[in-house]
Amino acid sequence: MDWMTQNLPYLLAGISVGGQYALIAIGYTMVYGILRLINFAHGDIFMVAGLIMVYSTTIMPIYLAIPLMIVLTVLLGFVVERVAYKPLRSAPRMSIMISAIGVSYLLQNLALYVTGGLSQQYPAIPWISDTIQVFGATTKRVTVITPVLTILLVIGLVLLIKHTKIGMAMRAASRDFETSQLMGIKINSVISTTFIIGSFLAAIGSLLFFTNYTGVTPTVGAMPGLKAFVAAVFGGIGSIPGAVIGAFIIGICENIIKGLGWTTFSDAFTFALLIVILLVKPTGLFGEKATDKV
Amino acid sequence: MSDILEVKNLNVSYGGIKAVKDISFSVAQGQVVTLIGANGAGKSSTLRAIVNLVKPESGNIVLNGAEIAGLPTDQIVARGITLVPEGRRVFSDLTVLENLKIGAYMRKDSLDEDVKWVYDLFPRLKERSWQLAGTLSGGEQQMLAIGRALMSKPQLIMMDEPSLGLAPIVVKGVFDIIREINKQGVTILLIEQNANMALKAADLGYVMETGRITMTGTGAELLEDEAVRAAYLGKAKEK
Repeated sequence: MDWMTQNLPYLLAGISVGGQYALIAIGYTMVYGILRLINFAHGDIFMVAGLIMVYSTTIMPIYLAIPLMIVLTVLLGFVVERVAYKPLRSAPRMSIMISAIGVSYLLQNLALYVTGGLSQQYPAIPWISDTIQVFGATTKRVTVITPVLTILLVIGLVLLIKHTKIGMAMRAASRDFETSQLMGIKINSVISTTFIIGSFLAAIGSLLFFTNYTGVTPTVGAMPGLKAFVAAVFGGIGSIPGAVIGAFIIGICENIIKGLGWTTFSDAFTFALLIVILLVKPTGLFGEKATDKV
Repeated sequence: MSDILEVKNLNVSYGGIKAVKDISFSVAQGQVVTLIGANGAGKSSTLRAIVNLVKPESGNIVLNGAEIAGLPTDQIVARGITLVPEGRRVFSDLTVLENLKIGAYMRKDSLDEDVKWVYDLFPRLKERSWQLAGTLSGGEQQMLAIGRALMSKPQLIMMDEPSLGLAPIVVKGVFDIIREINKQGVTILLIEQNANMALKAADLGYVMETGRITMTGTGAELLEDEAVRAAYLGKAKEK
């Protein structure tokens, strides 16, 4: 029992962090699935979601700020796609990737301008920031909520993709743009939907993430963004269950490493894992066998 | 008989290379019309330009009296044309039934009757309703591609080389189906390298060579034509 109380917090934190990575990773993996694009701006959209929350809570109560933050984040994801990616639809893939890097820097620097580079205190959200006891371990309620909420959202998303018309269109479009158009599918609205879903999940992810980490800086999106990206690659980019499982594994491993007292190496572990995966199984756990569109 | 589709002075180029040069042709309601020609004659480009998968450089494409050249593909499809693409292009990780349903993507009414209709046309597909389309044989995939196109209830189906890569017996089956759906009231524009089969099925045929239409006539006329026989049917030396 002693061992339990000592190590449980790390395990809980791992599961919780894993859930947050998962919510971000889905955005990467879905966009990749449909556009074959690594959306480098995704981590920064996550950061902007944090900032929106910081500033909106100064002028309105929290129960209004949360929906507003979600709406604005979704809108941002939508606008980024329309402005920076859609005009490059028929351009070489490298161009759109460079555009994504550009958006990433643009968002970071806008955030730098707005915040003045100072870390902004994330508002404490009542109830989910409360401290609770789990099997004798002390933690915040958000730690327990995160994995549950993540799983629920993922189930919802999978049902959407498997059983709805737009989900079917997304699956079709991720395989073959041209033939999808011949079916009368509006490819641009399918792509927009993908960005909307990805940004929505990133918004939820940021809410859960910053409740634990309090400070929002302009570059805060980079690390969770990169790790979520590694999770997506680990799980097999393009696969939603893969991204979720990858994210949980990375979150748990990182925190176990921290628990063992090797905190310095926890980030290194994640990126070493990326290298190993790319060398040993480039398609990841559940990746498609054919990596390119026919 | 009224024309359902009229193409006037259509030009298509790919970065300066002209694939289709100023062609005009029409498809009458209820007919089977075929474009035959060798590889690279511009047949596929013509069909792809009609549904705006490649942008027509110039020219008019008139469907039921309305100009459709350059409209977004989904809007053209919504007006009642569909294309069965070359190489079938079924969605391999969707089930057979899902492939049919996605063919009716734009419809909001009930699909049950049409699914039944397609399954009656292709009993093999019914047996494989829950299989992933990628697991079907080439012939079954072609049937699925045609069935998927039928699900949008088109007035005009365009087919790009439906016999490509199929065994002769399967090709015969595909052409039987083409006749059958034509009999049920769907107009068909067919492009084929298998000129013999295509002309036998067609009411009207056009011969395309290097981007131009060089000959036109009923299917039977073209089958008898010396030049066509020499170029596409390999039967010139018989006499």
